[in-house]
Amino acid sequence: MDIYLDHAASTPVREEVIQAMMPWLSEHPGNPSGSHRLAREARRAIDDARDHVASLVGAEPGNVIFTSGGTESDNLAIDGTLGVKGGQALCSATEHPAVLEPVRESGGIVAPTDDTGRVDLESLADLLDSFADISLVSVMMANNETGVINDINTIAELVSEKTPETMIHTDAVQATSWLDIAESSKKVHLISLTGHKFGGPKGAGALILRDGVNLSPIIRGGGQERERRSGTQNVPAIVGLGEAARLIQVERLKINERVTGLRDKLENGLIGKVSGTSRTLPKETPRTPGIAHLCFKNIENEALLFLLENQGIYASAASSCASGAQEASHVLQAMGVDLKTAGGSIRFSLGQTTTDEEIEYALKAVPDAVDQLREFEK
Amino acid sequence: MTRVMVAMSGGVDSSVAAALACENGDEVVGVTLKLWGGDSDSGCCSVSDVDDARRAADSLGIEHHVFNLGDDFDEYVVAPYVKAHSAGLTPNPCIECNRHIKFDRLLNRAKALGFEKIVTGHHARIVKQTDETFRIARAVDEVKDQSYVLYMLNQNQISSLHLPVGEMTKDQVREKANSLGLRVANKPDSQDVCFITREKGRADFLGQRIPLTPGRVVDENGVEVGQVEAIELVTVGQRRGMLLAGGKEPRYANNIDIESATVTVGTPDQLLVKQTEFRDPLWSANEIKGEFLVQTSAHGKPKLANIEDDLLVWKEAHSRVASGQSLVFYEEDQVAGGAIAV
Repeated sequence: MDIYLDHAASTPVREEVIQAMMPWLSEHPGNPSGSHRLAREARRAIDDARDHVASLVGAEPGNVIFTSGGTESDNLAIDGTLGVKGGQALCSATEHPAVLEPVRESGGIVAPTDDTGRVDLESLADLLDSFADISLVSVMMANNETGVINDINTIAELVSEKTPETMIHTDAVQATSWLDIAESSKKVHLISLTGHKFGGPKGAGALILRDGVNLSPIIRGGGQERERRSGTQNVPAIVGLGEAARLIQVERLKINERVTGLRDKLENGLIGKVSGTSRTLPKETPRTPGIAHLCFKNIENEALLFLLENQGIYASAASSCASGAQEASHVLQAMGVDLKTAGGSIRFSLGQTTTDEEIEYALKAVPDAVDQLREFEK
Repeated sequence: MTRVMVAMSGGVDSSVAAALACENGDEVVGVTLKLWGGDSDSGCCSVSDVDDARRAADSLGIEHHVFNLGDDFDEYVVAPYVKAHSAGLTPNPCIECNRHIKFDRLLNRAKALGFEKIVTGHHARIVKQTDETFRIARAVDEVKDQSYVLYMLNQNQISSLHLPVGEMTKDQVREKANSLGLRVANKPDSQDVCFITREKGRADFLGQRIPLTPGRVVDENGVEVGQVEAIELVTVGQRRGMLLAGGKEPRYANNIDIESATVTVGTPDQLLVKQTEFRDPLWSANEIKGEFLVQTSAHGKPKLANIEDDLLVWKEAHSRVASGQSLVFYEEDQVAGGAIAV
């Protein structure tokens, strides 16, 4: 039995999405930039997808830029905004590396967070007062490791009050499955999404702009995506992204309710059954339903993940580096979690396909694995 | 069926070791350790070595995992290496890695995860004595022999270890890899210290971590005969890099005094000592005393010495051993124990 509890890394592609994509892999050869009928078909397919993504975010279809995924969207938001406006970028310390790296590389500012990993509004206000040339603030909507939710609209209000010219970007990659993106980002100028975190395929994402927002491209060439992202569009994957965006709008609330129940069952069950287990975030912290982030006392997460894999349970800890090794989490570090505690943390992430039976199984297998490791320690 | 964990570095030896474990009918899982997060000759985090190991495991049809033991590596290997240099000692980081990482933390983890043995690609053999104790013995391939860096292993560790390539010559290992279609068959052997790049070198590595002190070079009478750029980089027995004024005979570093930043050089004859003190002796099984062969560097020639409590008395005068180097005691071709030169 394979129990996939790593939906925050990538979700299974939904059957409807596969069906929507298949013809664009098998039947339709057209390049959407062409002029003949087969090209126009492809163009129509990506524009239909554009409509679905626009509707998901509450944006104009013309403001949806298709990219290769979340990382490219984040890079484009930051480098593209700095390219037009100059100045400095600011992001929070718990951002994904797709934001942190371009911000650091451009000499930007990394703002501290509170002990839940959320942007500390007072520090943010101080930084906005101290630096006159902050042209972009980037704060993620939901964190990829813990699922903690930032109140982006409040942050945006603060920024607009202090420095009205500053652009606000949010990486909504981890929020798409769970939150009303349109509502949660209504005061934001740029929003990043990627398909494979909500039932779409890997390799298609989007950066969505609010009206009047300008960017300089980071990939130049044939001028696709209204000169903002050149390169022939990945038609099948974009069609899949569009279908996933359509589905999540219809089903989000229902999935949320069910997954919240399963997540709580998993958390409560493990905390009850395994001594020395705690939630990394306090229970009442605003967070997405999909992630159960737990710390197991005196356990090395690498060893626990190994045993869980043997039992057919696939989860993860922090993030992996290029070598595939588990890395110490910069998110937990920013939250002030000590290295030893962080080294015993596991992210179980649930999704639309997670079943009660799988959670029941995990509630047996995880305690057994922890017992095996603790038994050896004696 | 024995459940074994193979420590796969991405090189040909450990890839073939994994293949042999598979052929042996063992249940095999490959593991590559991520030890060093900085630059290396195979890229940051040795990512290309990890890829090589992963692809070798794929060819063999075994699972492959990466364990990040970088925190222990920093603490037990890199930091002591730097500290030793700043104290004018000559560390051996490969030995410390074997002592603290591969045969301690990794072995413990393997046991905790339900493995009976770990397998490595070291060129050394394991032999069983008549009294049922185990010893590490020299590899079939004398040139590649790595028994020296395994001297610290105790009975518990040796009995949990399998060293299949120690029975083969390097050529046989490469042939085996070729016959299995392993793409690492002709990969060059790794050289030197894995966390120091060939391009930047030891001076750069240490210079970023400790202050390097220019030093004086004097002869046995205290007469200044040259300079060194960094006293911390000088090793007893070293000849090059000391800007010596011309002399009749080659001269070697004979003594390093960190406090006064002074290297005393001498002729080969002046380097000879009758005895070498040691500390922290370890024994494969039972403590030994008396006359044994002693090897003082990874590929040095073993010489006879009488092993006393904390002292080796060389049968014939021996070149001074750099303080911090490992001394490994052999009974014929078997490791009986070892210690650190004072």
